[in-house]
Amino acid sequence: MIRIREGALTVQGSETNWRHPQEQPLRRLISDNRAALGSLTVFVAMLLIFTVANPKVFTTWALYSSVFTTLPVAIFLTVALVFIVTVGEIDLSFPATMGFAAWMFALIVKAGYDPGLGFAAALISGALLGAFVGSLVVYANLSSLIATLGMNFVLRGLIQIFTEGKSIALVSLGDTFLFKLFSSELWGIPVQIVWAILFTVFAAYLFNRHRFGVHVHIVGDNPDSAAQMGIDVKQVRVMSFVFVGVAAGIAGVFSTMINFTWWPTAGDGYLLPVLASVFVGGTPTWGGVGTVVGGAIGALTVSFIQTGIVGAGLSGFYIQFFNGLIIILSLLGHRWNQIRYR
Amino acid sequence: MTERLIELKDIKKSYGNVYALGGVDLWVDKGEVVGLIGDNGAGKSTLIKILAGAVRPSGGEILVRGKKVFGWSAARSREAGIETVFQDRALAMQQSIVRNIFMGNERTNRFGFLKVAEEVREADRLMREIGFTSKVFTPHSIVGQLSGGERQGVAIARAIYRAADLIVLDEPTTALSLAETSKVFHFVRQVKANGRSIVFIGHNIHHVFDIADRFVVLDRGRVALQAGRDQIKTAEDLIGYMEHVAHQGRLAADGSLAKGVAR
Repeated sequence: MIRIREGALTVQGSETNWRHPQEQPLRRLISDNRAALGSLTVFVAMLLIFTVANPKVFTTWALYSSVFTTLPVAIFLTVALVFIVTVGEIDLSFPATMGFAAWMFALIVKAGYDPGLGFAAALISGALLGAFVGSLVVYANLSSLIATLGMNFVLRGLIQIFTEGKSIALVSLGDTFLFKLFSSELWGIPVQIVWAILFTVFAAYLFNRHRFGVHVHIVGDNPDSAAQMGIDVKQVRVMSFVFVGVAAGIAGVFSTMINFTWWPTAGDGYLLPVLASVFVGGTPTWGGVGTVVGGAIGALTVSFIQTGIVGAGLSGFYIQFFNGLIIILSLLGHRWNQIRYR
Repeated sequence: MTERLIELKDIKKSYGNVYALGGVDLWVDKGEVVGLIGDNGAGKSTLIKILAGAVRPSGGEILVRGKKVFGWSAARSREAGIETVFQDRALAMQQSIVRNIFMGNERTNRFGFLKVAEEVREADRLMREIGFTSKVFTPHSIVGQLSGGERQGVAIARAIYRAADLIVLDEPTTALSLAETSKVFHFVRQVKANGRSIVFIGHNIHHVFDIADRFVVLDRGRVALQAGRDQIKTAEDLIGYMEHVAHQGRLAADGSLAKGVAR
């Protein structure tokens, strides 16, 4: 008979000065942000290559300034999508939600109301659409991939039916307080990027340090145990969709402010680049883990590819090729950088 | 005199006309490790589900600290300080130990933001309490990196955090290596040393014999043996007795004597 001796494997004695690597702040910071640091490395490497290829263009502020004007829209969307991917779902309806929320904004501003009211309407309609598509996925138990894809077409179709393809120009927008707050320049820096950074910081806290974000992680990791431990799994999932809807509302308003015009196709072009940004940023596809800061860096990388390739002196025909190449290379990098535990 | 934590009296459970439990008595004292043994279908899992309040008994009464409790439910069970660690352990493998211990019970300020430092301190204290003092791991370690025994330890720590006086471990050593099993035993002994009680359910009689203070053998929905450590000297005694019970039980089933234990 085999008798088991207790504590046979526990380490005896302890030196008081010894500290676990994870208790050293810098090491913790690195190990907690591995994926984000990985995507930052990809971005820096890419920027270095571009700069070597064309030092003149990549040392001028105008290039960065123009990227920082359009990039925030992608950041708002990417950061929110990290939540959805981490909770174990996907949302392909955000471009239409963004277009719809921006439409509400444009209608209210066009009717002569304060843009602040329009902004609120965009947020609310985004949240409601998110709640709707989320309920469709969670309570009707549909595959989020297909349901949100369908929702994207339905919403975009509704917009097309009602507007008959006509855009809305918002000439008066430039004089308003909201425009100055969201879309002006501060010491030569486009103020949009400041808002995008603030949003990313807020979302990162929500993701890592808030009950909601923690539940998003756990539900994506093991929904059964989450339910067993008293977490309302369905509510967490729906709320993740609501969060994407709100972010799409913000993104819609910001994108409308760039050109003072709302188009019925607003948001369409963001679907694939934003999805790519989430994964380039280091959030894996299987749920349970993700990185908000990495996502924002991923959006930065993806936005820079296009600008960078043209700036580096290659023709526009190279854009798609390098887009794909960088996405695949960074995914390979993340594969090597992270381990999946089950 | 030891305090009686919980007492189940004459618990019956029938599904249709099939008796899963035909009048079972089970009690647990404070700071005691009760080993619950029985073959597949003996009624072990039905009994612990009743204890957890997940299944309603068809008959019998439940006393918590000597007082009869009416309307026994999962909420009542938790109020009484009973926490069940199920076999699948219900851990989130990609999350840290802290996050698993506080799963669904996070400590937050009024805006819902986590009190991280407080949680880490508490997790560290809980890990120490059960003797989980490996140098390789901190409360920030990912549960997926831990071995099977250590994962069981995280589940036990979580049960303690959820204010458990009685932890029910459903086959905690199944599929674990010897070294892992010894770790689980280490945790169980620590929990006991801190005055908490444990019901240890196992298939492996050697494991149960090594850890329990008192043995309860279930057979076809009845308690076949209720014996303290003083009565059973070696695991072989226990095995011998169980074989005896199984044999007799089979005779009884054949000879239509098994009243109310239709199987």
